[in-house]
Amino acid sequence: MSHSASGNTTPDMPLAVKAEGLHVTRGHKKILRGLDFAMEPGRITGLLGPSGSGKTTLMRGIVGVQRLTSGSIEVLGRPAGTPSLRHDVGYVTQAPSVYTDLSVEANVRYFGAMHSASAADTAEAIAAVGLEALARRKTADLSGGEFSRVSLACALVSHPQLLVLDEPTVGLDPVLRAELWERFAAMAESGTTLLVSSHVMEEASHCSSLLLLRDGLLLAQLSPAELSQRGHSNDLEKAFLHIIQETSAASNRRSANESQVAS
Amino acid sequence: MNPRMMFATTRRVLEQLRHDHRSVALIMVVPALLLTGVYYLFENETLPPGIPRTFDRVGLMMLAIFPFVVMFLVTSITMLRERTSGTLERLLTTPIHKADLLFGYALAFSIMAALQSLVATAVAYWIFNLDIKGSPGYVVLIAVINAVLGVALGLLCSAFARTEFQAVQFMPVVVIPQILLCGLFVARDHMNGLLEGISNVLPLTFSVDALQQIASNAEATQAMWQDAGVMAAIVVGVLVLASFTLRRRTS
Repeated sequence: MSHSASGNTTPDMPLAVKAEGLHVTRGHKKILRGLDFAMEPGRITGLLGPSGSGKTTLMRGIVGVQRLTSGSIEVLGRPAGTPSLRHDVGYVTQAPSVYTDLSVEANVRYFGAMHSASAADTAEAIAAVGLEALARRKTADLSGGEFSRVSLACALVSHPQLLVLDEPTVGLDPVLRAELWERFAAMAESGTTLLVSSHVMEEASHCSSLLLLRDGLLLAQLSPAELSQRGHSNDLEKAFLHIIQETSAASNRRSANESQVAS
Repeated sequence: MNPRMMFATTRRVLEQLRHDHRSVALIMVVPALLLTGVYYLFENETLPPGIPRTFDRVGLMMLAIFPFVVMFLVTSITMLRERTSGTLERLLTTPIHKADLLFGYALAFSIMAALQSLVATAVAYWIFNLDIKGSPGYVVLIAVINAVLGVALGLLCSAFARTEFQAVQFMPVVVIPQILLCGLFVARDHMNGLLEGISNVLPLTFSVDALQQIASNAEATQAMWQDAGVMAAIVVGVLVLASFTLRRRTS
C-alpha cells in the first residue's frame, strides 16, 4: 500500500472499506478472484475496468447485498451488510432505480423517509443534482440524464458517510458530468467517502485513488499520477491498456513456466 | 417495525396509484358493473315463494371475490415491478424493515379495497336491494380481509414470476381454484370428498362461509368471527412467507 497519497487522514481513523481475500463465484463463473484493498475515508476512489470485470459485483459486496464466496469486506469498521451500516452507506445502481410513476420530489421524499430526512433534506438533495425546476414532474417524463440524477438524489438525501456510485456519469452531457464531479469533490472535502465506478478512463483524473479491475482481479491500486507513470502515457486510457498488456504478458509467461514444470 | 417507514410506504404506493387514473377507475367501477351484470343475469328467474333470489346468494359472494381477485392482480404486478426495476434491492439497502414494506403495501391496498367494496356493496344494497339479514358493515369487513388476502398472496406469488406476463398466469393457478371450490358454483357439502377436503383449507372458503353467516343471521355470529379470525391468521402466515422471498443478500 502506498502512503504517499495520504494527507488529511489521521492514522487512528478507521478505513472506509477494507477487503481481504475477496472471492465471489456465481454458478461456475468466478466474478471476483481474490481482491485485497483498502479505501481511505474522505476521498474519491475510482473503480475502473472494462465492462464485465466485476465492478458492480464488488460494489454490491461493499453495500452488503452480494453474498461472498470467501473473504471479507469491512465497511466503516463493521462487516459489510451489518444492519447499522444501512444508515451510513448510500448506493446508486447503474440503472436508475426509482419509481417512474412518482414525481421527483415524491421519490426523494420516500427514500429520505427511511433515514428520517426532513423536507429541507429532500429539497437540498434535489437542488444538489440541479432538478429544482422539475421537482414536481413525473419521473417517467424526464430525459435520461435527469432520470439518473433523480436516482442520485435519492441516495444523497440520507447524507451517507460512504456513497457507492455505479457508473453515475453514463449518458450525461459534458457540462453535467463536470458539475457532478465538482459535487463529488465537495462531498469528499466535507468527509464523505465516495466509490465511483466507470469504464471511461478520462474520469480517473477526478479520483484520488484508483482500483483497476480486470477479469475479477485487481491489477493495481494507485493514484492517477502513478497510473500515467506506470503506463508511460498521460492519456490514462492508454496507460491502463499498457498495464493490462504488461500484466497479461506476465501471467502468460507464468502459466507457460508452470506448464513446462508440469511436463 | 417502524410505523414511519410503513406509512411512508403506504403513502408512496397510494401516490403511485393516484397518478394512474385508469387503474383507479377500473378498481372502483368494474366490480359494481359486473354486479349489475349478475343482477340482470338472474332477473327473469322464477322462484317458488320463500326461496331467496340467486342474486342474494351469488351477488353477496361476488362482493367478497372481486376485491380478492383485483388486489391479487394489482399487488403481484406492482411488487414484480418493484423487484425488476431495482427499487426493491435499493430499498433493502436502506434501514427499512421487510415488515414495514409488506405491511405498508397491505395497508395501501386495503384502503383501496375498502373503497372498492363500499362502492360495490352500496350498489348491491341500494340499487338491487340485496336481501340479507346481517349488517352491510360486516360484508365490507369480510371484503377487506379478502382483499388483504389477495395482497398477501400477490406479494408472495410475485417472487415466483420473472415477468409481468408470468405474474398474470398465476391468477388461474392461485385464484380460480379457490373461486371454483369456495361454494359459489356447487354447495361444498355436495362436492366429492377430495374436492371438499381441498376446499376446506382454501382461504376463500372461509370468507364465503362468513358471508353466509352474515346473510342468515341478523347479529354477528361466533362462526363468522371464527372465519374472519382464520382468514386473518392465513393473511399473516402468507405475509411471513412473502417476507422470506425478500432477500437483502443475493448471490
